[in-house]
Amino acid sequence: MARYLIKRTLQILLTLFIFLSIVFFLVNAQPGDISHVYSLNPDLPPETRAKLQDLFGVNEPLWKQYLVYVKNTLTGNFGVSFSLYPRTVADVIGERLPRTLVLFLTATVLSFYLGFALGKIVAWRRGGWVEYGSTIGSVTLYTVFTPWFALMMIWLFAFRAGWLPIGKFLDPVEWREAPTSANAVFNQMIITMIVLSVAIFAVFLFTTRKRVAGARLIQAGSIVLTAAVVAGVWIASGVAHLAWDIVEHMILPVGTLTLISFGGAMLLTRNSMLETMREDYVTAARAKGLPEKQVRDRHVARNALLPVVTSFVFSLAFAVDGGIIIESVFSWPGMGQTLISAATTEDLPLAVGAFVFVGIFVLVAHLAADVLYVYLDPRIRY
Amino acid sequence: MAVSDSPPTAPRSLWAVRAALAARSFKQSWSMFRGTRIGIIGLAIILFYLLLAAAHPILMNTVWDEKIYDPVVGYAFDETRQPAPPSWSHPLGTDPLGRDVLSQLMYSARSEFMLGLLAALITVSIGTTVGAVAAYFGGVVDTVLMRLADIMIMLPGISVLIVLSALIGVEHFELALIIGILSGFGGTGVVLKSQALSVVVKPYIEAARAAGGGPVHIIFVHIVPNLLPLSFLYMMFTVTGAIFSEAVLSFLGLLNVRMSWGLMIHTTESAGYLLQVGEYWWLIFPASLSITLLCSSFYLVGRSLDEVVNPRLRRS
Repeated sequence: MARYLIKRTLQILLTLFIFLSIVFFLVNAQPGDISHVYSLNPDLPPETRAKLQDLFGVNEPLWKQYLVYVKNTLTGNFGVSFSLYPRTVADVIGERLPRTLVLFLTATVLSFYLGFALGKIVAWRRGGWVEYGSTIGSVTLYTVFTPWFALMMIWLFAFRAGWLPIGKFLDPVEWREAPTSANAVFNQMIITMIVLSVAIFAVFLFTTRKRVAGARLIQAGSIVLTAAVVAGVWIASGVAHLAWDIVEHMILPVGTLTLISFGGAMLLTRNSMLETMREDYVTAARAKGLPEKQVRDRHVARNALLPVVTSFVFSLAFAVDGGIIIESVFSWPGMGQTLISAATTEDLPLAVGAFVFVGIFVLVAHLAADVLYVYLDPRIRY
Repeated sequence: MAVSDSPPTAPRSLWAVRAALAARSFKQSWSMFRGTRIGIIGLAIILFYLLLAAAHPILMNTVWDEKIYDPVVGYAFDETRQPAPPSWSHPLGTDPLGRDVLSQLMYSARSEFMLGLLAALITVSIGTTVGAVAAYFGGVVDTVLMRLADIMIMLPGISVLIVLSALIGVEHFELALIIGILSGFGGTGVVLKSQALSVVVKPYIEAARAAGGGPVHIIFVHIVPNLLPLSFLYMMFTVTGAIFSEAVLSFLGLLNVRMSWGLMIHTTESAGYLLQVGEYWWLIFPASLSITLLCSSFYLVGRSLDEVVNPRLRRS
């Protein structure tokens, strides 16, 4: 396992390196360079122009520039953003990456959980109207024009009903007299989320593995208890209304992204279940006289989970793209919106920096999915 | 399929035999395809949009005045305020710049089809070649191609296209090329390789090699034709991806195209009618629904072809 992890990490580092190189040469294949922005000014004397080019280092041979670029990237130095001058790219990304991570992770976990739960039920009732309707529904969700779907959600829940804010990350009026910055509050929220999910996961793992009597009661009790403790801490901190403001702005984008990824997850589960249902051990389980629910959940669904996880790896890029579109429609200031606004304003350092980070994010997610796969399938041993 | 190239001694020529075989397998596949209802629904939607695309030049040349109905530079002089609601002369109303929405919709349908077809052709020709070559040679060639595929699969396509559109002007052809390269060297190539692996071990490949066939001959005459059903299936999924990417990019205003469904929504957005869904439905629904419908129709056709090609999914 450790050897496999090291090998996989090395592979991913190599991939990252190739990826960085492709980005560099793509940018350098363009005619002209960054010094032209300044040196095209007719008022500049020739010696100043030469000095500017020296300063930017664009007169160096390409391989030297490449080495400098690799060194800078590895030390996290992406330069200064043009459109948000004088903030550095690393600073902008440091502010926006957590927002994207939260949006993406919450939606992905929710959609796969729901998609798997519903997909196995649908596969079990093959041929009925339930299957027909839900297949059409998830195909529609899978292929729907994402910006339009997001717009309809905004229109329905924010514009017409007025239950939720229309877009953006927070409501400036509420934050005018806020004692802390939005990012500080948001980081606290992330920590809360992590603590909460780890605690609940631990309780669930403990009760199901040890087969404790009254497992349901303990699980429900622990959820209520942790929620109460977290709520108490937040109310005591005095910025609870600010955190609630961010949560309100999060509900709609997370919900939309969940629904979009949900369709794909459900179709995958259904197909995988249909293939697993033909295995001999399923017939054997039925012949033993096990109840249908147990055959479905214990014998088919567990084995059907593997291809779903594999396909999840393949659909990761799709999910990241979906996140980018959602961010732009909801004006959610995350990596996707940064990427798009950098591209439209030709802010190259920021665009390249954001792109590199999206790439790193996908690579790390791949690694995580690989590890999960090994954990799920005991037949795989490295 | 392992018909050797010996001179035809049988009464029927080789091509007639091949044509008869092809016709028979087509008939079988068609009856199986017809059994899956979703495939027929998808095919009907595709046909509807094909008709729309074909009708546009005819209407422009006969009924529609070019000054009023041109999808890009036309102006509806017969309306007093723009965007005008649907009427007899403009069945889907006009957009904020006074252009006929139906005409834009029909004009864009043609370019969507061309984009989809082009992207699918590029994808499948790259993917089939990559798959066949990797499976035939194995070893280092296989490793290099598959590691490359790993990178391609990990790249989020829309983000790549967004960055590229900041660097170079992306038009339909470039878009089709980029999608084709990403998907052909990536996912499609991997799937076709796994299929090619099962072809490579067949006895007729061995026979072709024993008869002195070179790698190029064996790959393109004996392996690639056997990959075609599966690559045809993947063409469908590529079309969905291509139309979707085009729509998203032009919706974000990053694409250099004259008119497309995504651009129609972009126009609506920049004119500020985006959230007036109830009052100005014709500015949003025709284009968005067209994108959704055409994407899902190709997807549905692909899914039912999957049931035809992949025996494991058939209903017993």
